[in-house]
Amino acid sequence: MQQSLSQIGTLVAKEFRLEWRQRYALNGMLLYIVGAVFVCYLSFNARRGQLLPIVWNTLFWIIQLFSAINAIAKTFVQERAGRQLYYYTLASPQQIIIAKIIYNIGLMLVLSLLGFAVYAFVLGNLAQDWQLYLGGLLLGAVGFAASLTLVAGIAAKAENSATLMAILSFPVILPLLLLLLRVSKNAMDGLERSASRDELLSILAIDAIVLALSVLLFPFIWKS
Amino acid sequence: MKKHWWKALAVLILTYTVFWGLLGPTPRQPILNESIRNVYFHVPLWFAMITLMLTSMIFAIRYLRSGKLAHDAVSVQFANTAIVFGLLGCATGAVWANYTWGEPWPNDPKLNSVAVSMLLYLAYLVLRGAFDDEQRRARISAVYNILAFAVFIPLIFIIPRMTDSLHPGNGGNPAFGKYDMDNQMRMVFYPAIIGFTLLGVWITQLRVRLRRLQMVMEE
Repeated sequence: MQQSLSQIGTLVAKEFRLEWRQRYALNGMLLYIVGAVFVCYLSFNARRGQLLPIVWNTLFWIIQLFSAINAIAKTFVQERAGRQLYYYTLASPQQIIIAKIIYNIGLMLVLSLLGFAVYAFVLGNLAQDWQLYLGGLLLGAVGFAASLTLVAGIAAKAENSATLMAILSFPVILPLLLLLLRVSKNAMDGLERSASRDELLSILAIDAIVLALSVLLFPFIWKS
Repeated sequence: MKKHWWKALAVLILTYTVFWGLLGPTPRQPILNESIRNVYFHVPLWFAMITLMLTSMIFAIRYLRSGKLAHDAVSVQFANTAIVFGLLGCATGAVWANYTWGEPWPNDPKLNSVAVSMLLYLAYLVLRGAFDDEQRRARISAVYNILAFAVFIPLIFIIPRMTDSLHPGNGGNPAFGKYDMDNQMRMVFYPAIIGFTLLGVWITQLRVRLRRLQMVMEE
């Protein structure tokens, strides 16, 4: 147990080091989300705080969704097949998927916090209960990372993986996205925390289901 | 003959459903009026679809455990039939909604969930098309099949119950059977569920056999 945990730790550290060495990919993702926010800001031609709350909220989550899919799609394609075969001999598939998910959670946290900061800066912060809004953002990052990592593994096995990644992940991510939209709308309207409890529990449950499925099913993808 | 009794049963039940469903007595309800008869067709189609999807997932799991391509062939045909039943369920629902709720596609969480689940299973078929190698296609698509069913359950059973929905049994509405159906209707409704499910299994069986023959012809 101890040993397996430390192996996962090593794998996570490897992911971070790899990302740091290929900084153009990381910078690309950061620029992608900033660029997307700015395009939306200019397209609406809105001054701060002039968007309707519901548009503000939905737009933010759509940007999040697309940057998440783009960022996580490259989880399994950035390393060559030979190197993946090498990992296959070193570690169990469960350790690999857990390490990838942990790394992607970290990546999504950075992306969503940066996205929120830029978004709130140019379009104004309409969230009244911003702690709850940030809480929703964190849960969303975990859920996106967990469900999209498995889908990225599936899509990477096919040739035309960019299109496939999008069509496979939209329906999978939708229940989560709808619940997140509802929680963050509650947070914007400053409703009492207890009003969002059901949604938060459901998000946690979906996160748990997807995590469990990823760990159970990934060995079958990894084998081929 | 012993093996085919369930097909005769399916024909018998469905004939009974169509005739007695259209001719039999129904309670008079405001708004619903005679359209309440759609409960014999629309609802059993959904029940059958969910059963077919569940079976498809079970065969996907069996494929992953055994590695036999035969299980994969059965799994994909169950998914195909489930999609057909889903589209039929949407069509019957749209006709019903047009006369009771005023428009064929009201913005209702349950309808949208079903549309998304259709997208899930269509994406499953596209994913299958992306591979040439049979074993690989079977393995990867079995994984996605299991994931799709796991997402389908919260979509169809949890989210519609958390918001306002026009559908009975959701968003605090009472379930349909509680007030609107009488025992006369249940006599048709319950057999109809079994009948449509058997029909789905029958269609799937024929498609699996056709596929097997095609594979033999290709070799």
